[in-house]
Amino acid sequence: MAAGRKEPKSKYTLDQGIPGAFEGETVTRRRFMTATAHGAGALAVSAFTLPALGFAAGSALFDRPPVEWKPIGATVDFPDDTYVPRVITEVSGIGQVGRTTIYVRARNEDDPPPNPPGYDEQFIAVSTRCMHLGCPVRYVDAARRFICPCHGGVYNFTGAVDGGPPVRPLDRFYTRVTDGQVEVGARYSVNSEFRRYPSYRDPAQDLDGIGQYVYPGRFSTPRMY
Amino acid sequence: MKLPLPPLPDALKPRPARPGEAERAKPLDQAKEAGIATVDWVDERTSLSGGLRWLMFRKVPKGTNWFYTLGSATMFAFLSQAVTGVFLAMYYDPSITHAYESARYITNEVFLGEFVRGMHKWGSSVMVILIFLHMARTFFFGAYKYPRELNWLIGVVLLILTFVMSLTGYLLPFDQRSYWATVVASNITGTGPLVGPFLADFLRGGAEFGSATLSRFYAIHMLLVPGAIAALIGAHLYLVARLGTTAPPWIRAESGEGIREERA
Repeated sequence: MAAGRKEPKSKYTLDQGIPGAFEGETVTRRRFMTATAHGAGALAVSAFTLPALGFAAGSALFDRPPVEWKPIGATVDFPDDTYVPRVITEVSGIGQVGRTTIYVRARNEDDPPPNPPGYDEQFIAVSTRCMHLGCPVRYVDAARRFICPCHGGVYNFTGAVDGGPPVRPLDRFYTRVTDGQVEVGARYSVNSEFRRYPSYRDPAQDLDGIGQYVYPGRFSTPRMY
Repeated sequence: MKLPLPPLPDALKPRPARPGEAERAKPLDQAKEAGIATVDWVDERTSLSGGLRWLMFRKVPKGTNWFYTLGSATMFAFLSQAVTGVFLAMYYDPSITHAYESARYITNEVFLGEFVRGMHKWGSSVMVILIFLHMARTFFFGAYKYPRELNWLIGVVLLILTFVMSLTGYLLPFDQRSYWATVVASNITGTGPLVGPFLADFLRGGAEFGSATLSRFYAIHMLLVPGAIAALIGAHLYLVARLGTTAPPWIRAESGEGIREERA
């Protein structure tokens, strides 16, 4: 033991000769009061810290605004051999910031069958959000490719990665046909085999192999079909 | 020639001292004493002078040079950011539909608005450059070594917080560059395994860039991080005063008279 340090006293109150001590008691009144004061302080601090943290994080992590079906045009407007651009409101109530461009075409025989099989997807709506870091891609008809201006990501006609840094094909939107009108719903992600992930992931999150577990989906996902 | 004194009421006329009484302090001497008396009054009630003397009149090693001012320079850059930021907040509106317009209003309409906004904008780069130079000085002079490791750690946290300030402040003008830079930044955050997607949602305030994102960045930029930086600068300075500064590496330790005597 270091020089100058006192020999520790016995932890039993009986050995310390405290009046009213009984056999086996270790908590003195002083220790009890100290612990009570500290406990009360910790309780008071967590009483405002924990709700504040939940307030900051809860809505952001758990709440999803409901997604509505948005009409984008008649079925005859969309051919199956090229894309037609449409601008939809993805986040409502914030003006121009919430609007985004999508590219829409009819399904053709080269497309893989929709999955899960119960979902009838006659039109394919491709998001312009680049799957590298989220810049807006544009469809170049002459090249039949989607090209990203930021870091040179290139996607082929189906939206699969053709070159550059993106990690998975372009996101898509659910589509349905109501009274001859094509409507788009929520965004979903696909992996390189065009398997559907209804809880869409942010760009740069790989969905092949262990990617879908390394980058888990969100806690709440609107159901569109 | 002596000018006549202006007429004074009797009460204000200087009176000669009574016999046996010490001579009264003249008004000029009283004025000279006033400052000292005020400081004495405060010091008697707070005992601040000891602490201030401890903080300000320290011994510095031989060889201390201009490189040792980089830390203070960084702190003054932070103070400039704090002051200009507080005043920019008087005109800025962190709402998604008005942010760009209010930033434009500051630049184009408010008196000296362009100047104050410019100081804040360019000052942020100055602060980042200075904090890097300060860090390089500490590294190359070996000033991070025992017993100053903890101060290096605090400095690293301050460096990261400065980057957080740069990131969150970049969104606030809310032009195209701000918007897309923040989209990219939140997506880079999302690449962290397992927790990344949730951190990105926390940063954006939701799955999509929305009105919550801007107000969230604003709160982080002007309330959360500046408070943390100010507190950590306090701890950083305390440790500097407590441990003292290091001599530059090219100064050789002199063997003192006492040591030579002992050897002999």
